[in-house]
Amino acid sequence: MTELRRRGGGDPDSTENISDKEADGDDRLAFPGEGEGEMEGDSKADTPDVPPSTDNTPQCLNKALEGLSSRWKNWWIRGILSLTMIVGFFLIIYLGPIMLILVVMGVQIKCFHEIITIGYRVYHSYDLPWFRTLSWYFLICVNYFFYGETVADYFGALVRREEPLQFLVRYHRFISFALYLAGFCMFVLSLVKKHYRLQFYMFAWTHVTLLIVVTQSHLVIQNLFEGMIWFIVPISIVICNDIMAYLFGFFFGRTPLIKLSPKKTWEGFIGGFFATVVFSFFFAYLLSKYQYFVCPVEYNSETNRFAVECEPSNLFMIQEYRLPAVVQNTVRWKTVNLYPFQIHSIALSTFASLIGPFGGFFASGFKRAFKIKDFADTIPGHGGIMDRFDCQYLMATFVHVYITSFIRGPNPSKVLQQLLVLQPEQQLGIFNTLRNHLREKGLLPPAVEEAQ
Amino acid sequence: MTVIGRFAVTTKRKQPFMGKPRSKGTESLANYLTQIFGPPSNSPPLAAHVRDGSREIKQGGGPGRLPEEFVAFLFVVCSSAGFRIALLEKSTQSQCINYLVFFFSPCVYTLQEADGDDKLLFPGEGEGELEGDSKADTPDVPPSTDNTPQCLNKALEGLSSRWKNWWIRGILSLTMIIGFFLIIYLGPIMLILVVMGVQIKCFHEIITIGYRVYHSYHLPWFRTLSWYFLICVNYFFYGETVADYFGALVRREEPLQFLVRYHRFISFALYLSGFCMFVLSLVKKHYRLQFYMFAWTHVTLLIVVTQSHLVIQNLFEGMIWFIVPISIVICNDIMAYIFGFFFGRTPLIKLSPKKTWEGFIGGFFATVVLSFFFAYLLSQYQYFVCPVEYNSETNRFAVECEPSNLFMIQEYTLPAVVQNAVRWKTVNLYPFQIHSIALSTFASLIGPFGGFFASGFKRAFKIKDFADTIPGHGGIMDRFDCQYLMATFVHVYITSFIRGPNPSKVLQQLLVLQPEQQLGIFNTLRNLLREKGMLPPAVEEAQ
Repeated sequence: MTELRRRGGGDPDSTENISDKEADGDDRLAFPGEGEGEMEGDSKADTPDVPPSTDNTPQCLNKALEGLSSRWKNWWIRGILSLTMIVGFFLIIYLGPIMLILVVMGVQIKCFHEIITIGYRVYHSYDLPWFRTLSWYFLICVNYFFYGETVADYFGALVRREEPLQFLVRYHRFISFALYLAGFCMFVLSLVKKHYRLQFYMFAWTHVTLLIVVTQSHLVIQNLFEGMIWFIVPISIVICNDIMAYLFGFFFGRTPLIKLSPKKTWEGFIGGFFATVVFSFFFAYLLSKYQYFVCPVEYNSETNRFAVECEPSNLFMIQEYRLPAVVQNTVRWKTVNLYPFQIHSIALSTFASLIGPFGGFFASGFKRAFKIKDFADTIPGHGGIMDRFDCQYLMATFVHVYITSFIRGPNPSKVLQQLLVLQPEQQLGIFNTLRNHLREKGLLPPAVEEAQ
Repeated sequence: MTVIGRFAVTTKRKQPFMGKPRSKGTESLANYLTQIFGPPSNSPPLAAHVRDGSREIKQGGGPGRLPEEFVAFLFVVCSSAGFRIALLEKSTQSQCINYLVFFFSPCVYTLQEADGDDKLLFPGEGEGELEGDSKADTPDVPPSTDNTPQCLNKALEGLSSRWKNWWIRGILSLTMIIGFFLIIYLGPIMLILVVMGVQIKCFHEIITIGYRVYHSYHLPWFRTLSWYFLICVNYFFYGETVADYFGALVRREEPLQFLVRYHRFISFALYLSGFCMFVLSLVKKHYRLQFYMFAWTHVTLLIVVTQSHLVIQNLFEGMIWFIVPISIVICNDIMAYIFGFFFGRTPLIKLSPKKTWEGFIGGFFATVVLSFFFAYLLSQYQYFVCPVEYNSETNRFAVECEPSNLFMIQEYTLPAVVQNAVRWKTVNLYPFQIHSIALSTFASLIGPFGGFFASGFKRAFKIKDFADTIPGHGGIMDRFDCQYLMATFVHVYITSFIRGPNPSKVLQQLLVLQPEQQLGIFNTLRNLLREKGMLPPAVEEAQ
């Protein structure tokens, strides 16, 4: 283990300044879901104004850990916080889908805030007129657009009851576009001669952040509606990959992986890959048994609650697979009983282990580029929310694309909604085509000649 | 700055990685013309004269310019009259083009207020201005090179530089308008190719500006990655369009079916490999620059590619949804300029000091009126009004259909107030004309913000034009900056108010569903159609 170095700035004689990590200029991979953190302590000459890390450790923890040396104290704090986060994760899952959605929205808002604050610091643009207001306004617009589309899909029955909601849903795109345009015009009107370039930079910064943070949190929620298992398993896979890669790197690490993160090793990478695949295989088996995780989240308009009860789809029913001949000889089983979902989980964990780290490298490069140690100081010992979630974003997008490509088809109620909006002649045409199609498939009896 | 022929050598600051001389921008229209018409002369490029001429004009200013502009106006009217006569004897489609030329000819001014402030002139022209003094911290902006073809130079040798500039602008404007009509005549496929070409050129221009701003010519892999991302995003968008519109073609070809079914996954995989290449290409010294260029590329893609895709979707709705918005924006530019020229007094916005409230408001009213009549003109022809369909038997695009209600004359009762004023009770209009009022209102009131945005962008990065592709006008982006907001608005307008979902797309989705779900939808649909009376009531069949 490399040495810990107390971070400069702050109170030197305070033993409370423990929120530094391994500040030796290298990356390391330590705890559940932790992103990389490093520090380029020397080259601060041209650094933007980075305030020293503030100590967010609660007082109770500090008292309890007073006796230990700073190195141990740091590990304990990180460990306790990690445990706290995992317990919190389970608690939120227990509380149900609504809570999860709120948490995802909260995380998204905090990540957005962190990245925008970094933009302020990098460009010294605290005093740009209107800029904060505009950033938050764009965030609200884009969220309105995305959540409006989701609400229209999933809360169809609720929407049909309420008259004002019907208007909002019908012209949703137009209203969102008008709101966005208002923000755009405000931006143009707020351009000040001295600060043109800064304002354009911050405009672009805001939009790229929106692209990354908001669209992907929206995809997370869409995955969630497919079934909580599509939310829990990817997140757990990423966390597990972090931990396993760290452990393997710690015990066997020798060959550096990439210059961007010098502490990552090939042994950790490959070991983590295999360990993650095995872990996710069994974890998927565990979760597939429970309806609570497996069923799509539906909104029950009578009880006004989210319900997770259903007939599990084929994906979550045990099926028998024949092993290939090679494996049959070694294992001496002819067939094996699996949930099909476990096979999908192998694909997900492969992606998380091989491509997921690139999200972490990207965030790592970003932090080095702008000479920041962490995205923020929200979580003591870990950094900001964005540090925890940087690897998750690529995973969320991948899972969403995976689901739409391989798992589910279009949403039947959405198709029905579109049908109802068409012209009657078009509906008749589609009706006839569909009837012929169903007759070919044998779902409808063959046509008796009716007078039409 | 020393100037040698067409390749200007600029005074350079010493930088660790210095850009190569900016010769990329001169590979353009002018190159080809020059190859045809001969090598450039040794005379100093026109641009220098423009700048000198501009200072001249600045001191002159005011109403004293009128006579020269009037002569230019006459020239244009006469030349367009020639076009009108030449086209009079042709078929229906040519008559349409005839109408358009007739409509636009009085509007083609060859004027340019090159006095360092914003001007609003030509069809689709954006603002261009010059901040001559504050070049101390300017990124390495090479002086504008002269792309004027040699033939034009020879023909205009005798005139003063000011006139020469106006003539060149005028001729190029006319050329662009004629090119526009020609492309419309050639049909939808040609339009799609042109839109794609414009998009690629705009992307190239903005990325090149990024290079210059950040002196990042030598970033490893960066050019490759930018073009790769462009190809990925285009593949994603065009793949979705192709799947929708060429449904019959896709169902025939087996490899295409695979590509369509897993289209999103394939696009995502392509994008991811570009992302991973970017991460692997990060070099310790240039982290920040590389991130800047990554963000620059993505914002450019967001602006340029998505909106050109929306333009093509509008086009498939019917060529009128492509022609009318573009013409409205062009008309607004011209009318605002004319009103500003004659009546302009109160400045509109600090970003563009030459724009005036009188021009803005006068342009608004004139645009609404003109678009009203232009929409009337175009609504009569099937060629413009019908959605573009791909006919899989003949492997061609067809524009024949029964025009929708939007393009059939309907009678509207005027409100009582207007009835007293005009003494008509009803009026016969195409409903599309009412939509065109909405479109032109947007283009006049909100569209200029797109121009202000581009203007602010150019001032922020201290560039005069986006590029030098078109002699006298600047780059392609300069011509199209106002169009982008308009294209998005038209698309949102169409999807919100005009058309419903595409029936063939709904059918495709239906066919992908599970059989039980299909049966459920079938039953619901059958009940619905029976209620509407489209189907005879059910005789009890054994199911």
